[in-house]
Amino acid sequence: MGLAVRDLELDLDAFEGPFDLLLALVVKDQIAPAEVDVAGIIVAFVERLAERDELDLEACGEFLVLIAALLELKARYLFPEEEAELAELEPQEAAEELARRLAEYRRMKEAARWLAERLDGERERYFRLGPAPLAPVFERRLADQDPARLAQALRGLAVEPPKVSLSHMALRFPPVGQFLERFRAVLRRRRVFDFDTEVHGLSRVEQAVAFLALLELRKSGEIALAQARPFAPIRVTRAEQERNLQWTAARSA
Amino acid sequence: MDGSPLRLISTNPVDTLARTVEALLVVASQPLTVDEIAEATADDPERVETALGLLGERFREGRSGIVLEHVSGGYAFRASREAADACARMFERPVERNLSQAAMETLAIVAYLGPVSRPEIARIRGVAADSTVAGLVERGLIAEAGREAGPTGAVRYRTTPLFERVFGLESLAALPRLDDLGAEAEEIRTRLLTIAS
Repeated sequence: MGLAVRDLELDLDAFEGPFDLLLALVVKDQIAPAEVDVAGIIVAFVERLAERDELDLEACGEFLVLIAALLELKARYLFPEEEAELAELEPQEAAEELARRLAEYRRMKEAARWLAERLDGERERYFRLGPAPLAPVFERRLADQDPARLAQALRGLAVEPPKVSLSHMALRFPPVGQFLERFRAVLRRRRVFDFDTEVHGLSRVEQAVAFLALLELRKSGEIALAQARPFAPIRVTRAEQERNLQWTAARSA
Repeated sequence: MDGSPLRLISTNPVDTLARTVEALLVVASQPLTVDEIAEATADDPERVETALGLLGERFREGRSGIVLEHVSGGYAFRASREAADACARMFERPVERNLSQAAMETLAIVAYLGPVSRPEIARIRGVAADSTVAGLVERGLIAEAGREAGPTGAVRYRTTPLFERVFGLESLAALPRLDDLGAEAEEIRTRLLTIAS
Protein backbone atom coordinates (compact mmCIF):
# COMPACT_ATOMS: atom_id res chain seq x y z
CA MET A 1 0.00 0.00 0.00
CA GLY A 2 1.39 3.44 -1.00
CA LEU A 3 2.26 6.19 1.40
CA ALA A 4 -0.71 8.58 1.65
CA VAL A 5 0.85 12.04 1.70
CA ARG A 6 -2.40 13.72 2.61
CA ASP A 7 -2.75 11.56 5.73
CA LEU A 8 0.75 12.42 6.92
CA GLU A 9 0.35 13.17 10.64
CA LEU A 10 2.07 16.39 11.73
CA ASP A 11 2.97 17.68 15.16
CA LEU A 12 4.12 21.27 14.66
CA ASP A 13 4.09 24.34 16.93
CA ALA A 14 1.16 25.88 15.06
CA PHE A 15 -0.71 22.76 14.02
CA GLU A 16 -1.29 19.14 14.95
CA GLY A 17 -3.12 16.79 12.60
CA PRO A 18 -3.07 15.46 9.03
CA PHE A 19 -1.25 17.30 6.25
CA ASP A 20 -4.32 17.76 4.05
CA LEU A 21 -6.17 19.50 6.89
CA LEU A 22 -3.22 21.86 7.32
CA LEU A 23 -3.32 22.68 3.60
CA ALA A 24 -7.08 23.27 3.76
CA LEU A 25 -6.67 25.63 6.73
CA VAL A 26 -3.88 27.55 5.00
CA VAL A 27 -5.93 27.91 1.80
CA LYS A 28 -8.91 29.13 3.85
CA ASP A 29 -6.68 31.68 5.63
CA GLN A 30 -7.37 30.05 9.01
CA ILE A 31 -3.63 29.48 9.57
CA ALA A 32 -1.14 32.10 8.40
CA PRO A 33 1.43 30.48 6.08
CA ALA A 34 4.11 32.26 8.11
CA GLU A 35 3.16 30.13 11.12
CA VAL A 36 3.82 26.87 9.30
CA ASP A 37 7.15 25.19 9.94
CA VAL A 38 7.82 23.77 6.45
CA ALA A 39 11.07 22.13 7.57
CA GLY A 40 9.10 20.29 10.26
CA ILE A 41 6.71 18.90 7.64
CA ILE A 42 9.61 17.75 5.48
CA VAL A 43 11.24 16.03 8.45
CA ALA A 44 7.96 14.26 9.25
CA PHE A 45 7.62 13.08 5.64
CA VAL A 46 11.22 11.88 5.42
CA GLU A 47 10.79 9.99 8.69
CA ARG A 48 7.68 8.28 7.28
CA LEU A 49 9.61 7.41 4.13
CA ALA A 50 12.47 5.99 6.17
CA GLU A 51 10.08 3.62 7.96
CA ARG A 52 9.41 1.89 4.63
CA ASP A 53 11.74 -0.52 2.81
CA GLU A 54 11.09 0.88 -0.67
CA LEU A 55 11.07 4.38 -2.11
CA ASP A 56 7.52 5.46 -2.96
CA LEU A 57 8.15 7.71 -5.96
CA GLU A 58 4.49 8.55 -6.42
CA ALA A 59 4.21 9.76 -2.83
CA CYS A 60 7.45 11.72 -3.19
CA GLY A 61 6.17 13.43 -6.32
CA GLU A 62 2.87 14.35 -4.70
CA PHE A 63 4.65 15.60 -1.62
CA LEU A 64 7.03 17.74 -3.66
CA VAL A 65 4.15 19.40 -5.50
CA LEU A 66 2.23 20.13 -2.29
CA ILE A 67 5.22 21.31 -0.28
CA ALA A 68 6.39 23.52 -3.15
CA ALA A 69 2.97 25.17 -3.31
CA LEU A 70 2.99 25.68 0.44
CA LEU A 71 6.51 27.08 0.30
CA GLU A 72 5.55 29.54 -2.42
CA LEU A 73 2.52 30.69 -0.43
CA LYS A 74 4.66 31.19 2.63
CA ALA A 75 7.38 33.03 0.73
CA ARG A 76 4.85 35.42 -0.79
CA TYR A 77 3.32 35.97 2.63
CA LEU A 78 6.65 36.58 4.38
CA PHE A 79 8.33 38.72 1.73
CA PRO A 80 5.64 40.47 -0.30
CA GLU A 81 7.82 43.49 -0.99
CA GLU A 82 10.75 41.37 -2.15
CA GLU A 83 8.82 39.53 -4.83
CA ALA A 84 9.60 41.98 -7.59
CA GLU A 85 13.16 42.40 -6.40
CA LEU A 86 13.87 38.65 -6.43
CA ALA A 87 12.09 38.15 -9.75
CA GLU A 88 14.63 40.46 -11.36
CA LEU A 89 17.54 38.32 -10.16
CA GLU A 90 19.43 36.08 -12.55
CA PRO A 91 19.40 32.37 -11.54
CA GLN A 92 23.02 32.62 -10.39
CA GLU A 93 22.25 35.71 -8.29
CA ALA A 94 19.13 34.06 -6.86
CA ALA A 95 21.19 31.03 -5.87
CA GLU A 96 23.76 33.27 -4.21
CA GLU A 97 21.02 35.11 -2.34
CA LEU A 98 19.51 31.81 -1.22
CA ALA A 99 22.94 30.55 -0.16
CA ARG A 100 23.54 33.76 1.78
CA ARG A 101 20.26 33.37 3.64
CA LEU A 102 20.78 29.68 4.32
CA ALA A 103 24.27 30.42 5.58
CA GLU A 104 22.92 33.14 7.87
CA TYR A 105 20.27 30.81 9.26
CA ARG A 106 22.78 28.01 9.72
CA ARG A 107 25.05 30.30 11.74
CA MET A 108 22.10 31.26 13.96
CA LYS A 109 21.20 27.60 14.44
CA GLU A 110 24.78 26.92 15.50
CA ALA A 111 24.63 29.90 17.86
CA ALA A 112 21.37 28.54 19.32
CA ARG A 113 23.05 25.16 19.84
CA TRP A 114 25.95 26.87 21.61
CA LEU A 115 23.51 28.72 23.86
CA ALA A 116 21.61 25.50 24.63
CA GLU A 117 24.86 23.75 25.61
CA ARG A 118 25.86 26.76 27.67
CA LEU A 119 22.51 26.72 29.46
CA ASP A 120 22.88 23.02 30.11
CA GLY A 121 26.28 23.68 31.69
CA GLU A 122 24.83 26.42 33.87
CA ARG A 123 22.11 24.20 35.36
CA GLU A 124 23.85 24.23 38.73
CA ARG A 125 23.94 28.02 38.99
CA TYR A 126 21.19 29.28 41.27
CA PHE A 127 20.84 32.97 42.02
CA ARG A 128 18.29 35.40 43.31
CA LEU A 129 15.95 36.62 40.62
CA GLY A 130 14.96 40.25 40.73
CA PRO A 131 11.65 41.62 39.56
CA ALA A 132 10.99 43.74 36.49
CA PRO A 133 13.78 46.33 36.90
CA LEU A 134 16.14 43.77 35.34
CA ALA A 135 14.62 44.53 31.98
CA PRO A 136 15.64 47.90 30.56
CA VAL A 137 12.74 50.30 30.76
CA PHE A 138 11.70 51.52 27.36
CA GLU A 139 9.85 54.80 27.27
CA ARG A 140 7.18 54.98 24.58
CA ARG A 141 6.17 58.54 23.93
CA LEU A 142 2.82 59.50 22.45
CA ALA A 143 2.77 61.71 19.39
CA ASP A 144 1.72 65.33 19.90
CA GLN A 145 -2.05 65.59 20.30
CA ASP A 146 -4.49 68.37 19.44
CA PRO A 147 -6.51 69.20 22.62
CA ALA A 148 -9.62 70.03 20.57
CA ARG A 149 -9.55 66.61 18.89
CA LEU A 150 -9.00 64.88 22.23
CA ALA A 151 -12.01 66.73 23.67
CA GLN A 152 -14.07 65.70 20.66
CA ALA A 153 -13.05 62.07 21.15
CA LEU A 154 -13.94 62.25 24.85
CA ARG A 155 -17.33 63.78 24.06
CA GLY A 156 -17.93 60.86 21.71
CA LEU A 157 -17.21 58.46 24.58
CA ALA A 158 -19.51 60.37 26.95
CA VAL A 159 -22.61 59.80 24.81
CA GLU A 160 -24.84 57.15 26.29
CA PRO A 161 -25.01 54.20 23.91
CA PRO A 162 -28.45 53.23 22.54
CA LYS A 163 -30.23 50.56 24.52
CA VAL A 164 -30.10 47.16 22.98
CA SER A 165 -33.53 45.70 22.29
CA LEU A 166 -34.05 42.17 23.57
CA SER A 167 -37.66 41.98 22.46
CA HIS A 168 -36.85 39.38 19.83
CA MET A 169 -35.65 37.05 22.57
CA ALA A 170 -38.95 36.96 24.48
CA LEU A 171 -41.00 33.76 24.17
CA ARG A 172 -44.70 34.35 23.53
CA PHE A 173 -46.86 31.47 24.74
CA PRO A 174 -50.40 31.26 23.35
CA PRO A 175 -53.01 30.29 25.99
CA VAL A 176 -53.61 26.55 26.45
CA GLY A 177 -57.38 27.25 26.42
CA GLN A 178 -57.13 28.32 22.80
CA PHE A 179 -56.01 24.82 21.80
CA LEU A 180 -58.48 23.11 24.16
CA GLU A 181 -61.34 24.83 22.31
CA ARG A 182 -59.77 24.15 18.95
CA PHE A 183 -59.37 20.39 19.58
CA ARG A 184 -62.89 20.13 21.05
CA ALA A 185 -64.27 21.82 17.92
CA VAL A 186 -62.38 19.41 15.69
CA LEU A 187 -63.71 16.42 17.67
CA ARG A 188 -67.23 17.73 17.31
CA ARG A 189 -66.80 17.58 13.53
CA ARG A 190 -64.68 14.42 13.34
CA ARG A 191 -64.40 11.39 15.62
CA VAL A 192 -60.68 10.95 14.99
CA PHE A 193 -57.88 13.34 14.03
CA ASP A 194 -54.13 13.26 13.68
CA PHE A 195 -52.32 15.58 16.13
CA ASP A 196 -49.27 16.09 13.90
CA THR A 197 -51.43 17.07 10.93
CA GLU A 198 -53.47 19.42 13.07
CA VAL A 199 -50.47 21.36 14.41
CA HIS A 200 -48.53 21.32 11.15
CA GLY A 201 -47.30 24.81 10.25
CA LEU A 202 -47.37 26.13 13.84
CA SER A 203 -44.24 27.37 15.59
CA ARG A 204 -42.38 25.09 18.03
CA VAL A 205 -43.75 27.03 21.00
CA GLU A 206 -47.30 26.77 19.66
CA GLN A 207 -46.85 23.04 19.04
CA ALA A 208 -45.62 22.59 22.63
CA VAL A 209 -48.67 24.44 24.03
CA ALA A 210 -50.95 22.39 21.72
CA PHE A 211 -49.41 19.21 23.15
CA LEU A 212 -50.09 20.48 26.70
CA ALA A 213 -53.72 21.02 25.69
CA LEU A 214 -53.82 17.46 24.35
CA LEU A 215 -52.54 16.10 27.68
CA GLU A 216 -55.11 18.21 29.48
CA LEU A 217 -57.95 16.71 27.41
CA ARG A 218 -56.62 13.21 28.04
CA LYS A 219 -56.41 13.90 31.76
CA SER A 220 -60.02 15.05 31.87
CA GLY A 221 -61.10 11.88 30.02
CA GLU A 222 -62.39 13.67 26.94
CA ILE A 223 -60.07 11.96 24.50
CA ALA A 224 -58.05 8.79 24.02
CA LEU A 225 -54.57 8.81 22.54
CA ALA A 226 -52.87 6.17 20.44
CA GLN A 227 -49.47 5.93 18.80
CA ALA A 228 -48.32 2.98 16.71
CA ARG A 229 -44.67 3.35 17.72
CA PRO A 230 -42.38 6.00 19.20
CA PHE A 231 -42.36 9.16 17.06
CA ALA A 232 -45.26 7.87 14.92
CA PRO A 233 -48.21 10.30 14.42
CA ILE A 234 -50.42 10.68 17.52
CA ARG A 235 -53.99 9.62 16.84
CA VAL A 236 -56.62 11.46 18.87
CA THR A 237 -60.08 9.89 19.36
CA ARG A 238 -63.20 10.98 21.19
CA ALA A 239 -63.31 9.06 24.48
CA GLU A 240 -66.83 7.55 24.00
CA GLN A 241 -65.89 6.57 20.44
CA GLU A 242 -62.92 4.68 21.78
CA ARG A 243 -65.01 2.94 24.38
CA ASN A 244 -67.54 1.90 21.65
CA LEU A 245 -64.75 0.49 19.54
CA GLN A 246 -63.41 -1.53 22.47
CA TRP A 247 -66.91 -2.83 23.24
CA THR A 248 -67.47 -3.85 19.57
CA ALA A 249 -64.12 -5.58 19.50
CA ALA A 250 -64.90 -7.45 22.72
CA ARG A 251 -68.25 -8.64 21.42
CA SER A 252 -66.96 -9.86 18.09
CA ALA A 253 -64.26 -11.79 19.96
CA MET B 1 47.94 35.99 76.78
CA ASP B 2 48.85 39.62 77.08
CA GLY B 3 45.44 40.65 78.37
CA SER B 4 44.48 42.59 75.22
CA PRO B 5 40.95 41.91 73.83
CA LEU B 6 40.48 39.41 70.95
CA ARG B 7 40.24 41.13 67.57
CA LEU B 8 37.54 39.07 65.84
CA ILE B 9 36.72 41.81 63.33
CA SER B 10 39.50 43.31 61.29
CA THR B 11 39.78 47.04 61.32
CA ASN B 12 41.69 47.10 58.04
CA PRO B 13 39.94 49.80 55.91
CA VAL B 14 39.67 47.52 52.84
CA ASP B 15 38.15 44.80 55.04
CA THR B 16 35.57 47.28 56.25
CA LEU B 17 34.82 48.27 52.67
CA ALA B 18 34.60 44.58 51.68
CA ARG B 19 31.96 43.99 54.36
CA THR B 20 29.92 46.92 53.04
CA VAL B 21 30.24 45.64 49.47
CA GLU B 22 29.18 42.20 50.71
CA ALA B 23 26.07 43.75 52.25
CA LEU B 24 25.23 45.59 49.04
CA LEU B 25 25.56 42.40 47.01
CA VAL B 26 23.29 40.53 49.41
CA VAL B 27 20.57 43.15 49.06
CA ALA B 28 20.92 43.57 45.28
CA SER B 29 18.75 41.41 43.04
CA GLN B 30 20.91 42.04 39.99
CA PRO B 31 24.66 42.30 39.35
CA LEU B 32 26.25 45.56 40.54
CA THR B 33 29.01 47.26 38.58
CA VAL B 34 32.17 48.57 40.20
CA ASP B 35 30.98 52.13 39.55
CA GLU B 36 27.61 51.48 41.19
CA ILE B 37 29.30 49.99 44.25
CA ALA B 38 31.80 52.86 44.37
CA GLU B 39 28.93 55.37 44.27
CA ALA B 40 26.97 53.55 46.98
CA THR B 41 29.99 53.22 49.26
CA ALA B 42 31.28 56.70 48.40
CA ASP B 43 34.66 55.12 47.86
CA ASP B 44 37.28 54.83 45.18
CA PRO B 45 36.60 52.32 42.31
CA GLU B 46 40.10 50.89 42.60
CA ARG B 47 39.61 50.19 46.32
CA VAL B 48 36.23 48.66 45.48
CA GLU B 49 37.96 46.30 43.03
CA THR B 50 40.43 45.35 45.76
CA ALA B 51 37.52 44.70 48.13
CA LEU B 52 35.82 42.59 45.45
CA GLY B 53 39.05 40.62 45.10
CA LEU B 54 38.97 39.86 48.83
CA LEU B 55 35.32 38.83 48.61
CA GLY B 56 36.06 36.68 45.57
CA GLU B 57 38.61 34.78 47.61
CA ARG B 58 36.30 34.43 50.59
CA PHE B 59 33.20 33.46 48.56
CA ARG B 60 34.41 30.87 46.11
CA GLU B 61 33.45 27.33 45.16
CA GLY B 62 34.50 24.79 47.78
CA ARG B 63 34.94 27.38 50.48
CA SER B 64 31.50 28.91 50.87
CA GLY B 65 27.86 28.15 50.09
CA ILE B 66 27.70 31.55 48.45
CA VAL B 67 29.90 32.31 45.45
CA LEU B 68 30.82 35.72 44.08
CA GLU B 69 30.71 35.79 40.30
CA HIS B 70 31.47 38.35 37.61
CA VAL B 71 28.46 38.18 35.33
CA SER B 72 26.40 40.46 33.09
CA GLY B 73 28.83 43.34 33.45
CA GLY B 74 28.78 43.32 37.24
CA TYR B 75 29.26 41.32 40.41
CA ALA B 76 26.64 39.16 42.09
CA PHE B 77 26.26 36.36 44.58
CA ARG B 78 24.92 32.97 43.65
CA ALA B 79 24.59 29.60 45.34
CA SER B 80 27.59 27.30 45.14
CA ARG B 81 27.36 24.40 42.72
CA GLU B 82 27.54 21.86 45.55
CA ALA B 83 24.25 23.30 46.84
CA ALA B 84 22.58 22.98 43.42
CA ASP B 85 20.65 19.79 44.26
CA ALA B 86 19.16 21.32 47.41
CA CYS B 87 18.33 24.48 45.49
CA ALA B 88 16.70 22.43 42.75
CA ARG B 89 14.43 20.74 45.28
CA MET B 90 13.26 24.06 46.67
CA PHE B 91 13.37 26.56 43.80
CA GLU B 92 12.05 26.70 40.25
CA ARG B 93 14.01 28.10 37.32
CA PRO B 94 11.08 29.69 35.49
CA VAL B 95 13.14 31.87 33.16
CA GLU B 96 14.88 29.07 31.30
CA ARG B 97 12.38 26.25 31.84
CA ASN B 98 11.13 24.62 28.61
CA LEU B 99 12.89 26.99 26.25
CA SER B 100 12.03 25.59 22.82
CA GLN B 101 14.37 25.28 19.86
CA ALA B 102 12.50 28.20 18.25
CA ALA B 103 13.10 30.29 21.39
CA MET B 104 16.81 29.44 21.42
CA GLU B 105 17.20 30.40 17.76
CA THR B 106 15.32 33.66 18.34
CA LEU B 107 17.48 34.39 21.38
CA ALA B 108 20.62 33.77 19.32
CA ILE B 109 19.41 36.16 16.61
CA VAL B 110 18.56 38.89 19.13
CA ALA B 111 21.84 38.37 21.01
CA TYR B 112 23.99 38.61 17.88
CA LEU B 113 22.03 41.06 15.73
CA GLY B 114 20.08 43.07 18.32
CA PRO B 115 18.46 45.50 18.32
CA VAL B 116 16.49 43.52 15.77
CA SER B 117 12.80 43.57 14.76
CA ARG B 118 10.33 40.69 14.56
CA PRO B 119 10.11 40.85 10.73
CA GLU B 120 13.90 40.54 10.58
CA ILE B 121 13.82 37.53 12.94
CA ALA B 122 11.05 35.98 10.80
CA ARG B 123 13.10 36.60 7.65
CA ILE B 124 16.11 34.76 9.07
CA ARG B 125 14.22 31.85 10.63
CA GLY B 126 11.60 31.55 7.87
CA VAL B 127 8.81 31.31 10.45
CA ALA B 128 6.70 34.03 12.05
CA ALA B 129 8.32 35.10 15.31
CA ASP B 130 5.41 36.83 17.06
CA SER B 131 4.60 34.26 19.73
CA THR B 132 8.24 33.29 20.33
CA VAL B 133 9.27 36.92 20.83
CA ALA B 134 6.30 37.51 23.15
CA GLY B 135 7.33 34.47 25.21
CA LEU B 136 10.92 35.66 25.54
CA VAL B 137 9.77 39.17 26.54
CA GLU B 138 7.53 37.60 29.18
CA ARG B 139 10.47 35.62 30.56
CA GLY B 140 12.51 38.83 30.70
CA LEU B 141 15.26 37.49 28.41
CA ILE B 142 14.68 40.14 25.73
CA ALA B 143 13.11 43.61 25.85
CA GLU B 144 12.02 46.37 23.53
CA ALA B 145 14.78 48.68 22.32
CA GLY B 146 13.23 51.36 20.14
CA ARG B 147 11.72 51.16 16.70
CA GLU B 148 13.02 50.76 13.19
CA ALA B 149 13.31 53.90 11.12
CA GLY B 150 10.97 54.07 8.13
CA PRO B 151 7.25 53.67 7.51
CA THR B 152 6.80 50.32 9.30
CA GLY B 153 8.45 51.45 12.54
CA ALA B 154 8.62 47.85 13.77
CA VAL B 155 9.60 47.39 17.43
CA ARG B 156 13.18 46.24 17.87
CA TYR B 157 14.41 43.92 20.61
CA ARG B 158 17.66 43.28 22.44
CA THR B 159 18.74 40.87 25.15
CA THR B 160 18.50 41.92 28.80
CA PRO B 161 21.05 41.65 31.60
CA LEU B 162 18.98 38.71 32.83
CA PHE B 163 19.83 36.86 29.60
CA GLU B 164 23.54 37.29 30.32
CA ARG B 165 23.06 36.19 33.89
CA VAL B 166 21.02 33.11 33.07
CA PHE B 167 23.59 32.03 30.49
CA GLY B 168 26.48 32.93 32.80
CA LEU B 169 28.00 35.49 30.42
CA GLU B 170 30.12 38.41 31.59
CA SER B 171 28.74 40.33 28.61
CA LEU B 172 27.56 39.73 25.03
CA ALA B 173 31.22 39.93 24.03
CA ALA B 174 31.64 36.52 25.69
CA LEU B 175 29.54 34.92 22.93
CA PRO B 176 31.61 33.04 20.35
CA ARG B 177 32.28 34.92 17.11
CA LEU B 178 29.51 34.32 14.60
CA ASP B 179 32.02 33.59 11.85
CA ASP B 180 33.47 30.77 13.96
CA LEU B 181 30.06 29.10 13.99
CA GLY B 182 29.61 29.12 10.23
CA ALA B 183 32.01 26.42 9.03
CA GLU B 184 29.17 24.30 7.65
CA ALA B 185 27.44 27.35 6.18
CA GLU B 186 30.29 27.84 3.75
CA GLU B 187 29.77 24.27 2.59
CA ILE B 188 26.11 24.98 1.85
CA ARG B 189 27.06 28.05 -0.13
CA THR B 190 29.52 26.10 -2.28
CA ARG B 191 27.11 23.19 -2.78
CA LEU B 192 24.24 25.44 -3.82
CA LEU B 193 26.39 27.43 -6.20
CA THR B 194 27.62 24.19 -7.77
CA ILE B 195 24.05 23.02 -8.31
CA ALA B 196 22.99 26.39 -9.72
CA SER B 197 25.86 26.69 -12.18
